[in-house]
Amino acid sequence: MEPALVSPASAVLAGIPARLIFILIPLVGIGAFAWIMSRRIAPLLRAAPDNRFQRIPERIQAVLKIWLAQWRQPRYLLAGVLHIVVFFGFLILGARSTQLVVLGVVDGFTLPGFGGSFGAIYHVLKDYAGTAVFVSVVILAVRRAAFAPARYAVPEAYGKGHTPEALLVLGLIATLLVSEALFDATLMAAQLTRGQPAEVAPPLTLVWVIRHLLTGVAVGPLQGLHLAAYTVHDLTFFFFLCFLPLGKHFHVITSLFNVFFMRLDRGNVKPVRHGVPDSRLDELKSFGVKTFEDFTWKHMLDFYSCADCGRCSDRCPANRVKRPLSPRFISIKARDYAFARYPLHGAAAESKPLIGGIYSEDEIWSCTTCGACEEECPVAIEYIDKMVDLRRGMVDEGMVPQSLQKPLSAIEKRGNPWGKLEKKRADWVAGAGDGCVVKRLEKGEAAETLYFVDSITSYDDRMQKIAQATARILCAAGVDFGILGPEEKDSGHEVRRFGEEMLFQSLKDHNTEAIQAAGVKRIVTADPHAYNALKKDYAGLPPVAHISEVVAEAVQRGRLTLTPGENGSKTYVYHDPCYLGRHNALYDLPRRVIDAIPGLRRTEMAGDCRDRSFCCGGGGLMLFYEPEEEQRMGVVRVQMAQAAGADVIVTACPFCLVNIEDAIKVAGLEGRMEAVDLCELIDRHIQR
Amino acid sequence: MEILVCVKRVPDSAENEIEVKADGSDIKREDLVYSVNEWDNYAVEEAIQIVDRVGGSVTVASIGNPDAEEVVRREMAMGAANGLLLTDPAFEGSDGRGIAAVLAAAVRKGKYDLVLTGAQADDGAAQVGGMVAALLDWPYASLVNKIEVQDGGMLRVGREIEGGNQELSDIQTPCVLSIQTGINEPRYVGIRGIRKVASVEIPVLKAADLGLNAADVGRAGARVKRADYFVPPAGAGAEILQGSTDEITAKLVDLLKAKGGIK
Repeated sequence: MEPALVSPASAVLAGIPARLIFILIPLVGIGAFAWIMSRRIAPLLRAAPDNRFQRIPERIQAVLKIWLAQWRQPRYLLAGVLHIVVFFGFLILGARSTQLVVLGVVDGFTLPGFGGSFGAIYHVLKDYAGTAVFVSVVILAVRRAAFAPARYAVPEAYGKGHTPEALLVLGLIATLLVSEALFDATLMAAQLTRGQPAEVAPPLTLVWVIRHLLTGVAVGPLQGLHLAAYTVHDLTFFFFLCFLPLGKHFHVITSLFNVFFMRLDRGNVKPVRHGVPDSRLDELKSFGVKTFEDFTWKHMLDFYSCADCGRCSDRCPANRVKRPLSPRFISIKARDYAFARYPLHGAAAESKPLIGGIYSEDEIWSCTTCGACEEECPVAIEYIDKMVDLRRGMVDEGMVPQSLQKPLSAIEKRGNPWGKLEKKRADWVAGAGDGCVVKRLEKGEAAETLYFVDSITSYDDRMQKIAQATARILCAAGVDFGILGPEEKDSGHEVRRFGEEMLFQSLKDHNTEAIQAAGVKRIVTADPHAYNALKKDYAGLPPVAHISEVVAEAVQRGRLTLTPGENGSKTYVYHDPCYLGRHNALYDLPRRVIDAIPGLRRTEMAGDCRDRSFCCGGGGLMLFYEPEEEQRMGVVRVQMAQAAGADVIVTACPFCLVNIEDAIKVAGLEGRMEAVDLCELIDRHIQR
Repeated sequence: MEILVCVKRVPDSAENEIEVKADGSDIKREDLVYSVNEWDNYAVEEAIQIVDRVGGSVTVASIGNPDAEEVVRREMAMGAANGLLLTDPAFEGSDGRGIAAVLAAAVRKGKYDLVLTGAQADDGAAQVGGMVAALLDWPYASLVNKIEVQDGGMLRVGREIEGGNQELSDIQTPCVLSIQTGINEPRYVGIRGIRKVASVEIPVLKAADLGLNAADVGRAGARVKRADYFVPPAGAGAEILQGSTDEITAKLVDLLKAKGGIK
């Protein structure tokens, strides 16, 4: 039987076989795409190394979860669900689009494996997928144009808005969907008109609607529409392909790779240069990221993969309090610079220092390394390592604000950022109480457990109470423990994260030696920053536990019994410290410990707790940095606690306590809101 | 422009608790940590910035025992090309004039267009800069918070005067300037920077190398002799609050309220 319409591969246009055009379009499209991609890959080949080809099973798992299952998308529900529809639509329709391209050259082509009953099912599936995507695209376009969330806004300092690009891409997707449906629908309509057995359009799909609209149209116009639909699809397909690597839709191509190569560990910091051990750092000519090519190839891939969704900045505490930092623009600015530096044609932009070029010093110092951005990013872009690398570059060039130079110099000389005397590091012990013996390991006493106190808890008048409470808890739980006293130096957690790697290395070496000399079997700390440093930044130490782990275990084994408190009428809320929660996944234990106090009422800051906890303002050296900001992060946090109906904020980090106690005063909530450390809370409720 | 910056190694007042020895001969030095005098650090940064603008080189000189090398190296890590260590037991116990004589001798050994000192030292008496200028018979401007290099070896220098106003003066090189803090933002020097210059040779000059007579400097040549260090007794009307920070704060608030300072 003669086909109802002449196929694209058989058509003749103005005496020329259309097949020639349909060979030419893919050839030109693929050629242009290959050229563009080669330009995009060029900087990656000149980038700093990073071995991301290990731990393949974990990487595949990450791809299945974060990329294929779109795990992080529903955290922003509407945008997330719409994205999932479009994402799966693309996966399904990719096969159909590929088939269509070949159909212009080979009549009746089907992709291998797409014949038979699978092909029939697929044909129905792709029609519904296409329709779902079409509906989503319409919703997305209306939302973009009329109801865009605030997080899409582009501040003036960062250039023009990205809405035109977004709408153009939505238009391209809609064009692909409609032209594909029209191609099928014209053939069905022609079959009906000619009285041939027609393929059935799945009800309520785009192709079904168009087929109905075409009822009664003559074969001539249908033939024209059929070929026009095919040509439009072919042209749009290759235009879209080449357009992707030009902007934020590059993520359509790169996200799979970006997730595969994602950072698998939490809380750690990348080495100064991958492949160079700590002992050979002195051989490096330059430290950190100063120009674009100092970034690792993975960090460049991050820039390409940013979809501009704004979730990182929406959750970024620095951005929230109007510090000059928006993680989204760390990516976008670097991506735009990469495009200018490696242009598709014309002269390349000159290499220039990134600081002062696309980033400002204050922008990079504004980050507290809380990790909220990385937790949120749907395509697993990393920021903390970039901040640290940029800071390493600034430190190497001497670009360190005076407010940070003083504490750094004090740490170098005295082992603590206040420059207090080493011999006073253990002065807090005097306040631990008579019944509690704190052994002095630096004086040759032996103990099973080392309590690593760290600087702020050792020296700050207020935070010494945490040290004393911790000591009393350890005593009550029957733990055989001691401290290093003057032999302990700052853990260097923030020293490293503020880019002073060599100072960190010397602190690490000193503490490692002192801890190893003490001969302990484990380390306990009540400071999540010290906890994270000893666990992730140090090597060769005994196991490290946070005090909440010790308490939870002691309560469970009956070594500690907690009694009801006198504050029965108060409502408590737990604030997750970044370095306990997000960076170490200790969310439940501290809560379990609080809940072990009989009769204590606890609430949650719903939507801002656990892995969405809001940073208190940052620890360590961040206490000394004087940022430009409209508000303190701590104040925002205290207001969140107030909104949750809490009277007492329980935290488990001395820096959180400093920031939150200050914030309570700044917010004018003194007397109505209080902050307490987990150790203090437990200490008050121990049955002795 | 060839610039010599005089720097001093001092106990860092922010990171030490200064206590006087019982016999009044000195402060207790066992637990002290030292750093470069803050004013001098600004002077070195300014010298580096001038050289960045108009060319030349920066030399950093320090008088002291061999420990002074650490501050010279630190300033070299900032970007000073050369260091000079002026060390001789004969320099010990110098008064301000003695120190100035040693520095002036070091200036004469080189070919400098400009000598910078800090306006004062943490543990000093703010006298050396002027005396160096006098001994060299060079023009001198003190408390400088701005330097512009002009044609013909002229400098336009600024000084803050009462009420936050600025005074500008012209001064012909060679000259001596004492530098006020805040003239710039001194760059950071980390351990890595210091290690990079760890093996650079720093010439050591003794009294004889500088053509100085040992009797003219040091304790022998001092015309101002230190007599005593002591903690002054609390005077009438002075009260030192004791206790924890919270207690002190509470007492202070009470006192201020009682005396009508706050309501």
